Amino acid sequence: MAYPGAMAAAPALEVEHLGKRFGPRTAFDDVSFTVQSGEVFGFLGPNGAGKTTMVRTLGTVIAPTSGSARVAGLSLSDENAVEIRRRIAIMPESPGLYLRLSVHDNLEFFAGLYGIRNAEQRILAALDAVDMRSRLHDRAGALSKGLRQRAGLARTLLNDPQVLFLDEPTSGLDPVAAREVHELIDGLRKRGVTVFLTTHRLDEAERLCDRVAILNTTLRTVGRTDELRARLFSRSLTVATAQPLGDPQRVFGAVADVESWRSDTPGSYLLTVADTRRAAPEVVRALVAAGADVLQVAETRHTLEDVYLQMITDTEGAR
Amino acid sequence: MNVDLGRVRAVARKEFREYRGNRFIVTTMVVLPVIFLVLPMSGLFRLSSHTAATAVRAQVGSTLLLMLLMPVIIPATIAAYSVVGEREQGTLEPVLTTPVTREELLLGKAIAALLPAVAIADTFFAIMVLAVRAGASPVVVDAIWQAPNFLAQALFAPLLAGWAIWVGMAISARASDMRVAQQLSTLASLPALGITALMSFQVITPSIRVAVILAAVLLAINAAAWRVVSAMFDRERLVTGRRAERPVADDVVPWPEDRPTA
Repeated sequence: MAYPGAMAAAPALEVEHLGKRFGPRTAFDDVSFTVQSGEVFGFLGPNGAGKTTMVRTLGTVIAPTSGSARVAGLSLSDENAVEIRRRIAIMPESPGLYLRLSVHDNLEFFAGLYGIRNAEQRILAALDAVDMRSRLHDRAGALSKGLRQRAGLARTLLNDPQVLFLDEPTSGLDPVAAREVHELIDGLRKRGVTVFLTTHRLDEAERLCDRVAILNTTLRTVGRTDELRARLFSRSLTVATAQPLGDPQRVFGAVADVESWRSDTPGSYLLTVADTRRAAPEVVRALVAAGADVLQVAETRHTLEDVYLQMITDTEGAR
Repeated sequence: MNVDLGRVRAVARKEFREYRGNRFIVTTMVVLPVIFLVLPMSGLFRLSSHTAATAVRAQVGSTLLLMLLMPVIIPATIAAYSVVGEREQGTLEPVLTTPVTREELLLGKAIAALLPAVAIADTFFAIMVLAVRAGASPVVVDAIWQAPNFLAQALFAPLLAGWAIWVGMAISARASDMRVAQQLSTLASLPALGITALMSFQVITPSIRVAVILAAVLLAINAAAWRVVSAMFDRERLVTGRRAERPVADDVVPWPEDRPTA
């Protein structure tokens, strides 16, 4: 999927061999990746993998211990920290609203910190973006968790950020509230905002992200989900027949594109093929010619979860 | 160091709004000064023209000391809460992701704690001196209505409040628990009162010259304290609970295109 402005603008994030240690513990090490402008980039990993530390590091809240990075066009350094923070916005896992203040007063405070001149207009525009204008004067403490998350998201839109970091934005939300947040992120994508999304909800990443990276202290892989699937898993077809085939080897062996096959249950076969689109019609023809009643011939789907588990299992195994 | 006054104002305004919604802070700000006013006043009104001069001086001295204790006690609780409290309620990290610098954040919080403390202290001082003038014995009126006393209140109330605030914030920036920070900050502010106590009890003669010199010293300490507390405000420690580990030389490098050419 092409994301708006993918080739037009300079990368929003460039990370080269970045590392962060806390004493003897390594949060992440030797991480390199690039996020294009306008991209929704998913950063996946198990608890303790270093996702939040990466967000804090790129957001200049904490300092890296090795490597280099460029955030919103600026080199990651103490000197550039204030200017970087002016160009980006970060929503931590908890939206961090002042619960005794109204939604308006919360947003006005942050507008002041960003030095926004037409604060009232921007506050209303940000609340419109998350469909919360009617809650302008509600006390933040009186909002539901989902609404607080949306108010937190409105806060991050105040400064019209070049890069928006969302750290597990749906953590702890019920499915309806989570879906609302997903729709908001979709809306941000359409507006061309670069989003760096950390999550361990794989369905969320698969649905929202143009590309994903999988981190487990070191970066395991980066790519589009379909690319990762293709890279990790061989192409395969699932075949189901009404009765088990008498001689499957004779049927499947005659099809040029079938590289191998196996049967886990009677009447069910998994074929490894060179090209699923070319092999599927040939397999159907061979089955019909063999007199089989064909129930199903389908490309085997691997989810992002399969990719994730494969990568994380590889990492654990390597330790 | 550039300080953006707009950001300082934004922080101070937010703090004021938070005080308004916090009954504990409002109660602390009002109840303690009332106690500090009523107790010594009852003593002052018991004095008569037959009371020994030393007794009058002692009672007036302790009253003036309590008046200067007010601006120390009132902001101590607020200052102790300022950093560790925000950290505990999860509001500190979002603030640290904005362009606000630690100097601006702390200055905004300090101003928000200072103004009500000084306003309340001066208001209660005014109530005390007017009440004394209206109904106390002439010997008490003579002892209270002295220019150095007014000068001391005008100079020392904000400066002692400032000192208490910086001490409170220093503790708050390093404390891991809000209650510990509040207890320590109250105690840590008391030594600053020693010098004022010496003046109030006339161990040091409270001349205008002495008051101005001491005020100048306190002002310098306050200015230095702002810088010291700002240096103690470690973003990384506040967010992660660990001190920032300095990179080994040249491990962190500028982005290749930003590296200086030979």
